[in-house]
Amino acid sequence: MLKLENVTKKFGDFAAVDHLSLEIPAKQMFGFLGANGAGKTTTFRMILGLMDQTEGDISWNDGEIGYEQSHLIGYLPEERGLYPKLKVEDQLVYLAKLRGMSKQEAVPEINRWLERFKVPEYRTKKVEELSKGNQQKIQFISAVLHKPKLLILDEPFSGLDPVNVGMLKEAVVELKEAGTSIVFSSHRMEHVEELCESLCIMHKGKPVVHGGLKEIKRSFGKQKVRIEAEFDVGFLRDKEEVLHYKETSEGAICQVKEDKDAEELFEALQGRGFVRQFVLEEPSLEDIFIEKVGESYE
Amino acid sequence: MNKFFVILSHTYTNRIKSRAFIITTLLTIAAILVMANIQTIMDTFQEEGSGESTTAIIAEEPVASALSSSITGGELYEGGEEEAKKAVLEGEYDGLLVVEEGENGLPEGHYYMDQFTSSSGAEVRQALQQVKATIAAEEQEISGEALSVISSPVSFETTALEEGAKSEEELNQARVIVYIMLFVMYLAVVMYGNIIATEVTTEKSSRVMEILISSVSPVTQMFAKITGVALVGVTQIGLFILAGFLGITFADDTEGSLIQMAGLSNPDWGVISYAVLFFLLGYFLYATLAAMLGSLVSRVEDAQQIVTPMMMLVIAAFFLAISALSTPEATYIIIASYIPFFTPFVMFTRMGVGDVALWETLVSLGLLVGTIFLLGIIGARIYRGGVLMYSSASLLKNVKEAMQLSKKE
Repeated sequence: MLKLENVTKKFGDFAAVDHLSLEIPAKQMFGFLGANGAGKTTTFRMILGLMDQTEGDISWNDGEIGYEQSHLIGYLPEERGLYPKLKVEDQLVYLAKLRGMSKQEAVPEINRWLERFKVPEYRTKKVEELSKGNQQKIQFISAVLHKPKLLILDEPFSGLDPVNVGMLKEAVVELKEAGTSIVFSSHRMEHVEELCESLCIMHKGKPVVHGGLKEIKRSFGKQKVRIEAEFDVGFLRDKEEVLHYKETSEGAICQVKEDKDAEELFEALQGRGFVRQFVLEEPSLEDIFIEKVGESYE
Repeated sequence: MNKFFVILSHTYTNRIKSRAFIITTLLTIAAILVMANIQTIMDTFQEEGSGESTTAIIAEEPVASALSSSITGGELYEGGEEEAKKAVLEGEYDGLLVVEEGENGLPEGHYYMDQFTSSSGAEVRQALQQVKATIAAEEQEISGEALSVISSPVSFETTALEEGAKSEEELNQARVIVYIMLFVMYLAVVMYGNIIATEVTTEKSSRVMEILISSVSPVTQMFAKITGVALVGVTQIGLFILAGFLGITFADDTEGSLIQMAGLSNPDWGVISYAVLFFLLGYFLYATLAAMLGSLVSRVEDAQQIVTPMMMLVIAAFFLAISALSTPEATYIIIASYIPFFTPFVMFTRMGVGDVALWETLVSLGLLVGTIFLLGIIGARIYRGGVLMYSSASLLKNVKEAMQLSKKE
């Protein structure tokens, strides 16, 4: 388990991370959400010990993370970069050696991953000859080659086409099932909703929402009712159960507190005409974010 | 520790295999071989050239015959003065000496050549001087013996009283060796300092640095890199020395050759072992500085710029050492030899050509080693923060920011 207690990082007077407390359970996938500058990368750097926190404690399995554990940790930085002049294989072998692997151990793993990402022909190519997306795959390989116990991925899917995103997602899920704890950041809500059991939404260095995905949605206390009807549903706007009303082309989306309120709305619609759709929707992370932060996310 | 060697061998093999390294090394070896054989090469060209110089002489007897025998390549010219001048212009002769009788019956000379050179008529003038002296002596009725007694050089010897002082010849040899060592040291610090700064900046600019520092501590990285480049230096300089050794062995080692003059055929091993010591310390001092500076910038183009202040220091040290070659006892030289950034150059020179007490050496070495450690500690901290920094503010601001990034508040 990765534990952050009251972690603060200040650059001068500016608090990049402000009293962040987190518990990231082992063998799970944990999502870090937040706009640019929300403090995600700084948090990762502190977890990895690249920077010291101004205040607070970070521990992993009740110990500190230091260079002694570097063979247990994988990291894909947000700023991608490899040696441009080195061949892919030499590069990966070098980086694997720095994570405590021997060359004999590393080479078969490298071949396996290159096969898996369908780029075995790049083994002897220089990195600078590869496209950006393919460089990113190579870098992903360098982060997972040594079978880390804790894998930190900073924006792993940004800049990739959907096919490659799918390939990477598959690999990440497989690693999780093999017992790796994965922390990843994204500014795409849907990736986190799809992959993570628990998450944290950061805003200006502060955690706005934190916990299991299901609990967060359940405890949000609001639900969405999507209504499509043949008649004007504008009268719902004045119902006291409706917390937020938004007109759509076919009807409206109403936000209500609980299931009971939705039933009220359902009652109210009776006898007015044909209702094509009446759906009770879970709130999306996007809704939660907007509600908590008070502004749109992207 | 293991990772230290992984980085070290990576740095080393990558450098050794690089095209730049191979080309510079081969070119320098070629230059060394040429330098070692310069005597032979010069002789070869001398023989193939126009041969000895010739001088046309127009004079009356008996001066004419005396001159033509004492001037090498001297030849009596049978013809007019104008004709002779033309012959000089056409290159038939290198010069023309016209001797006329002056007022008091002594010969007066006028030397013509196509253009002035550094040795314009010096030999001719000396020959004429001798002829004049002989004539004058005859006129004044001074015997030949008396004349030779007067004109023979005075006997003059120098001896240093201080014990252990170097003899004139030893001193000259020491100067040459020290000069060569200084030059090698200067080149090495400039070259390898630049390589280190560029290596660090390249890793930063390609952003591979963040992966590196998440696997291995920046401090280990920095020192592994410095040591790796040091080994590259040892390899390269080793090759140079080997080339120099071979060159000297096969060169014309006769009396009076350049190599003999420099005392290179019989080197002073004491000076050389000091040179190695100061060389290594000087290298580590400047390499640490270079790694630190390199970590402060994020683009390779800026690396050259940021090491400029350091290069200034190296140049200053080099010139101080050069002036110490002739005045090793000057106060400013003695002071400079204790300033750690100058010590490797200046103290080494003082030891090579002057007389330095043991305590002086030890104090300056102590200061130097202390500074290396201090710089290592500060450098490691700046490096740790600097590698995460991608701003392009001024040097001082960057240093401040880097220190801030790497410290707990």
